[in-house]
Amino acid sequence: MSEAAAANQQSDVAIQLIGMHKWYGEFHVLKDINLTVERGEKIVVCGPSGSGKSTMIRCINRLEEHQQGQIIVDGIELTNDVKKIDEIRREVGMVFQHFNLFPHLTVLENCTLAPIWVRKTPKAEAEADAMKYLERVKIPEQALKYPGQLSGGQQQRVAIARSLCMNPRIMLFDEPTSALDPEMISEVLDTMISLAEEGMTMICVTHEMGFAKTVADRVMFMDAGEIIEQAPPEEFFENPQSERTKLFLSQILHNA
Amino acid sequence: MAIVKTERHEDMPPPVSQTGVIGWLRENLFSSPLNGLLTLISIYVAWVALSGIINYAFIHANFAGETRADCTDSGACWVFIKARFGQIMYGFYPPEERWRVDVGYVLGAIGLFAILSDVVKNKKWPAVYMFGVYPVICFFLFSGGYFGLPTVETSEWGGLFLTLVLASVSIFVALPLGIVLALGRRSDMPIVRMLCVGFIELIRGVPLITVLFMASVMLPLFLPEGVNFDKLLRALVGMSLFSAAYMAEVVRGGLQAIPKGQLEAAKTLGLGYWQAMALIILPQALKISIPSIVNTFIGLFKDTTLVLIIGLLDLLSIVKAGTTDKEWVGMATEGYVFVAAVFWVFCFSMSRYSIWLEHKLHTGHKR
Repeated sequence: MSEAAAANQQSDVAIQLIGMHKWYGEFHVLKDINLTVERGEKIVVCGPSGSGKSTMIRCINRLEEHQQGQIIVDGIELTNDVKKIDEIRREVGMVFQHFNLFPHLTVLENCTLAPIWVRKTPKAEAEADAMKYLERVKIPEQALKYPGQLSGGQQQRVAIARSLCMNPRIMLFDEPTSALDPEMISEVLDTMISLAEEGMTMICVTHEMGFAKTVADRVMFMDAGEIIEQAPPEEFFENPQSERTKLFLSQILHNA
Repeated sequence: MAIVKTERHEDMPPPVSQTGVIGWLRENLFSSPLNGLLTLISIYVAWVALSGIINYAFIHANFAGETRADCTDSGACWVFIKARFGQIMYGFYPPEERWRVDVGYVLGAIGLFAILSDVVKNKKWPAVYMFGVYPVICFFLFSGGYFGLPTVETSEWGGLFLTLVLASVSIFVALPLGIVLALGRRSDMPIVRMLCVGFIELIRGVPLITVLFMASVMLPLFLPEGVNFDKLLRALVGMSLFSAAYMAEVVRGGLQAIPKGQLEAAKTLGLGYWQAMALIILPQALKISIPSIVNTFIGLFKDTTLVLIIGLLDLLSIVKAGTTDKEWVGMATEGYVFVAAVFWVFCFSMSRYSIWLEHKLHTGHKR
């Protein structure tokens, strides 16, 4: 770990985005994003599709490159330096909408792959660790099956366990329940809630407003590449300030 | 009025007409009068064709004897194959040295078995043996000149032996090189990508015959006086590069079928590019390309016969040469049937192996 990261470990800031811009070709996807996430803070990001929510969190672990401004994760600034990118990726876990489990490996192998190859953990130790996390997401009995043999909800819980095996300090969730059947959403949300209760720093892109009300410290609304509004959940839902937020909330809460 | 079901329906076996031999026959062969008639006609046609082949190749064939005069029956004269068997198998490799080729076969068969079968679980040492040790052993064993083994010039190699050397060297070089080229073609680095695209498109744009011809006739013109490669080596380089270009495109197809999320997940976990490729992307990409890879191998195996035009005597050309012998005039049919049978056995084995492998690697996944 670099000195800056060590120095920053005591500080309370986990993620900082300062004046960040991103373009896809000519298209300006993210405009002047400023965001400070404190250690242990849980942030829920919502907004219409195409508003740049996913792109923003994908910039935090460099799955997307930003073109202007600064991103500082755990005291390390994201640049083109591959070493720093790798360092950040090891500290930041990510859960995807479509799980992205490795279909040719068993559940257990999915979980132990990165600890063994990236952290150089001995195999037996990595497996014991993985079983611990699989128990936490309540599917230890599926360890030797392949992802294709599990339900969507189970797969997403494996994906969470796989991330946790790297002991990340920050977790990013990119619409983790959007691809699930309704009856499986709650099992994934329960896992996320228990993770939140343990003090994990989390940024979740989700439309699960119930989840936002339960765990979020802050709810953020994005539209057209900008952060329009951010507030604690009670305030955000009871008393939204901007017209766009009000419209969005009326649309999604109408169905809920 | 609401309808409420309180009892569960029990599971029942399927109707008898759908299972068992009778069910299968009725379902597949005699499902209607027309289909029944077609089945009977097909059986008759198959019988007529097969009985002709069996009569020619076995019942009325001649196996005993030494010369053409011994072939008295109406069927095939396998005496021709028998008389020239040594040459067909080994070419002009000196008869007293042919044991070296056989030892090479046995060592290769052991290595192949270890690497391809299910018996040996850890593939590390078989891979080291097959890709590192075995080629070196074969080089010294076959060409000699060391360890008291007399030198055998490659111009004396021939027959099935030469065909196998050409095919296996090309296959062993083409697969790894093809993978590297495929990765290079998808690389973010423009120079690497341009080189790979250039190489692949150049090689794929010309027929194998011209590649072989250039390697054997034109290359020496460009080399300085006195520098000369072995003719077989030149053919091997030509064939390997040629099949690598095809392999690259096959592998690229497999790479493209892997969803982007797989690489993203690997990156997110902190895996580097080569780790992600070796552990996540390639195992999946190669698995889905197995049918096309084996297809390319089979094509390559049969394309080895084209070395005929640069004067190497592989299985086909040595048999062809044999049929022009005045002692054995009119034996072309036997010769070609035999060559076809040998090629078929090898190609069919590769095909069956690939099906077995696909089945074994199937993990029942959808993404």
